[in-house]
Amino acid sequence: MKTSRILISMTSAALLAVVALITAPQTRAMEDKVVIVTSFPKDLTNAFKSAFEAKHAGVTVEVLNKKTTAGVKFLQETAGNNTTDLFWASAPDAFEVLKGDGLLAKYDLKATGIPELIGAYPIHDPDGYYKGFAGAGYGIMWNERYVKAKKLPVPREWSDLAKPVYHDHVGMSAPSRSGTTHLTVETVLQGEGWEQGWATWKEIAGNFNTVTERSFGVPDGVNSGQFGIGIVIDFFGLSSKGSGFPVDFVYPTVTTLVPANIAIVKNAPHPQAAAVFIEFLMSNQGQEILLDPKIRRLPIRPDIYAKAPDGFPNPFEDSSIGAAVEFDVDKSKARYNLVNSLFDVMITYRLDDLRAATKAIQDAEAKAAGKGNAEAARLIAEARGLVAKTPITEAQSLDKDFADIFKKKRKKATDKVTGRQAEVEAEWDNMVKDNYAKAKALAEQAESLL
Amino acid sequence: MTALTRQPRGTVGVALVLAVFLLAFLVVPVVKVIFVAFQDPASGAFTFVNFVDFFNTALFRESFANSLYVAFMAVLVASVIALPLAYFTTRFNFGGAALIQTLGVIPLIMPPFVGAVAMQLLFGANGSVNLLLDEWFGFTVPFMEGLNGVIFVESIHYFPFILINLSAALNNIDRSLEESAQNLGAHGMRLFRRIVFPLAMPGYVAGASLVFLKVFDDLGTPLLLNVNNMLAPQAYLRISSIGISDPMGYVISVMLVLFSLLSLWTSFLALRGKDYASVQKGGGGLARRDLGGREKVMAYAVVIFVLLIVLSPHFGLALLSFGTIWSYSVLPDAYTLANYREVFETSSQYITNTLLYAGLAALIDVVFGTAIAYIVWRTGVVGRKWLDYLATGALAIPGVVLGIGYLRTFNDITVPFIDKPLASWWVIIVIALAIRRLPYALRACVAALHQVAETLEEAAENLGATKYRSVRRIVVPLMIGGLLAGFVTSFATAAVELSATIMLVTSETDAPLSYGIYVSMQSAAGRGPGAALGMIAVIIVGVATYLSQRVIEKYRREQTMDGQLVPAGGAA
Repeated sequence: MKTSRILISMTSAALLAVVALITAPQTRAMEDKVVIVTSFPKDLTNAFKSAFEAKHAGVTVEVLNKKTTAGVKFLQETAGNNTTDLFWASAPDAFEVLKGDGLLAKYDLKATGIPELIGAYPIHDPDGYYKGFAGAGYGIMWNERYVKAKKLPVPREWSDLAKPVYHDHVGMSAPSRSGTTHLTVETVLQGEGWEQGWATWKEIAGNFNTVTERSFGVPDGVNSGQFGIGIVIDFFGLSSKGSGFPVDFVYPTVTTLVPANIAIVKNAPHPQAAAVFIEFLMSNQGQEILLDPKIRRLPIRPDIYAKAPDGFPNPFEDSSIGAAVEFDVDKSKARYNLVNSLFDVMITYRLDDLRAATKAIQDAEAKAAGKGNAEAARLIAEARGLVAKTPITEAQSLDKDFADIFKKKRKKATDKVTGRQAEVEAEWDNMVKDNYAKAKALAEQAESLL
Repeated sequence: MTALTRQPRGTVGVALVLAVFLLAFLVVPVVKVIFVAFQDPASGAFTFVNFVDFFNTALFRESFANSLYVAFMAVLVASVIALPLAYFTTRFNFGGAALIQTLGVIPLIMPPFVGAVAMQLLFGANGSVNLLLDEWFGFTVPFMEGLNGVIFVESIHYFPFILINLSAALNNIDRSLEESAQNLGAHGMRLFRRIVFPLAMPGYVAGASLVFLKVFDDLGTPLLLNVNNMLAPQAYLRISSIGISDPMGYVISVMLVLFSLLSLWTSFLALRGKDYASVQKGGGGLARRDLGGREKVMAYAVVIFVLLIVLSPHFGLALLSFGTIWSYSVLPDAYTLANYREVFETSSQYITNTLLYAGLAALIDVVFGTAIAYIVWRTGVVGRKWLDYLATGALAIPGVVLGIGYLRTFNDITVPFIDKPLASWWVIIVIALAIRRLPYALRACVAALHQVAETLEEAAENLGATKYRSVRRIVVPLMIGGLLAGFVTSFATAAVELSATIMLVTSETDAPLSYGIYVSMQSAAGRGPGAALGMIAVIIVGVATYLSQRVIEKYRREQTMDGQLVPAGGAA
């Protein structure tokens, strides 16, 4: 009795499903739903969701918030049975990874009037997979109350952050954790050259209070006053300010403007709605939403800036923003994981050692100033050299075989790679740790001479 | 050992069902992820070379030592917090014992990352306390610096494990034992040392081993405090980077699993050969006595001080949720209700989803936990220990690994009628939560079972009861306090689980509260709405915990008042 009833209900359910399938219109202008995986905060996604839903009645925007790394993993793992229409995030390299895995669909933009470049960076993917919808660049953000209480001068350039006065006041995210942070690191490496670039980074990192696990940890730390100065992407600084926090933001001369992007996922269940959503982002109406005080990203349509508040940066007029460096995308791509790993080994995981060495050098230098002690000066210079030392040369960083150790390797079982990442990292780690300890000892020795 | 000689087919069947469940939803997904640890990165062949690399790397050795140190210290500090709370509330007539028990459990129901946010605001280098100290006395205290910060946050977060299990054990000690000891002249410390402490031992060890494991494996707290040189963050950082498939992250995961199993095994050994079960149930719990005037003041002072520290994250979160801008100042600049308004307008589905998911998961946990505990400790089913090891091993699986494993394993399985991949059906979140929280419930069930003498069961069977009947009518009713404790722990912690959930949420309408808190906490416009949502989570789970504490208390009182040797249910 019971089983037959279950059987009946099951059959009728199946029948209903079949009927629904048959009667569903085969070709519709637009589906009633679009599913977006994004790393953007609610303030941004909600604003676009409600504006889009108001314009296209009957279409629901479903937003799934995952941080970029998790979003990429999610799309990779669900590719066989994809339920996502759009991937919407900042870092172009996340899109590169997805593109490389063949998980994105090409799309031809219908919107016109969008320039080719923002700063020195192409707005849309030249291969036609992902589209930039807003610009963003890295800069320095600080907490007004904090710098006032600690009597710190306001920094303007990356090199300012290396000054002793900022010791223990600076925060940044790790490039392995945040694609945009990676771009900043790479920008300085390309702008100042490999050796000098790393030396600069380590001088700045010697003043770090912390390396945060997420890029959001930096504006968060500055907003709450945990540390006073942060290396952040512009919208974090601008929107924090727009929301009333006592903070401000500046672009240093050496910075890269990069587009934040959107792409249609391959085999998207709602491709038409997804396309309409992209067009909406690029339209005047969509671009204006970017100026919202809680969003504050740089529109890619130059005429929108007329409506921006005073003091809002305009990269299409102010050519000093993001134009100092000709960013070499291929170079960046070739050593992407290697740079991340090097940063983590030298800075993230050895921050305490680096800080101690830097502090000792800064103290010795302060004491040595004006005394003209040649021996002390020699020791300090040697200590600085040890801290700055990078385990590998630029040529090595671009050597394909070497960089491959750090890549997602072995697509096929027959692929062969020599060397293991852990092995290489352990070797670097030993060298770096040794150098920091030696530098500290030398600086202390120099100080004892004075 | 009569119970071990007969193995009814039903018991074996139940054991098989449990084994299949654990295999399908724990072992297979995890193996799918961590087999990478045993793969030569160059050729793909099976190898141990990655483990050699692990021990050759100074950073990993250091992380390993740091994780051990933090876990030991956290157990120590957590014990110092939990012991007085448990002892005072179970041993003396103490105003509002249920309230204290509830407030003491509340830290568990806050996602660790939220707790750490609030603690940073209060105790951080430029938090309220240090700003005040600096202003008044010109110095600051690095509460939240490095490993000490992790120990501080972790012990405040996880001490309830000790509190819950220890209180349940104390409540279950047979009064007649205490009375006999007193009749024989034991009082005060001697009574505590010789009778109370040994009898409460299973509860304490259960709680302490949980704290140790959780702290050893915890990810959220070190990450939020930006402490990288520990094992769990190292594993996570290496697994979750874009495009990198460095096997070390998985090697570390394997190390975490192995080490957790090892420490559990140690706690088994510590308890082995000791029989803590009481035959009689003369009355639940120790006799409670009244405190003298000065004793009372002292006791209240200790309890209030402990509670103040323990509740500080909630205090900070409340301030954050009502505050406007809170930046480098002792208190927020101004107060508002706007955050709550925003949350109520946009986030009600999170709340209902959480109640549903965490409730279902906790129910599964208690049922499975009881079954596993019983099979492991009271039957001779071959390989029964492995059920325990497996279920407990879930503790050692980082949520991210489980989440990725689920996506990898269940995305190709389509659920009939719904026509959705199993991996994106909301039920998979319930299963993930159940698996992740099963160890907690299991520990509580084992502790409860330990206190039910096997002889009672044998007596029932001698009187003709079947196995099923004796379990249902004798064992489970006698375990009920411990089971409720298990349910509460599972429910409360499942309600705030994030790391696996975040991998498995596929639509906002199916998302639970912790996901909502996480998303709302990501805004540079301020964390007010996230904090408001966090407060709602705390209140919901707090009320649920309080109610179940009341139920336990009521049940305990009934047992005592009935004055029956066999408690409710057994007489029928």
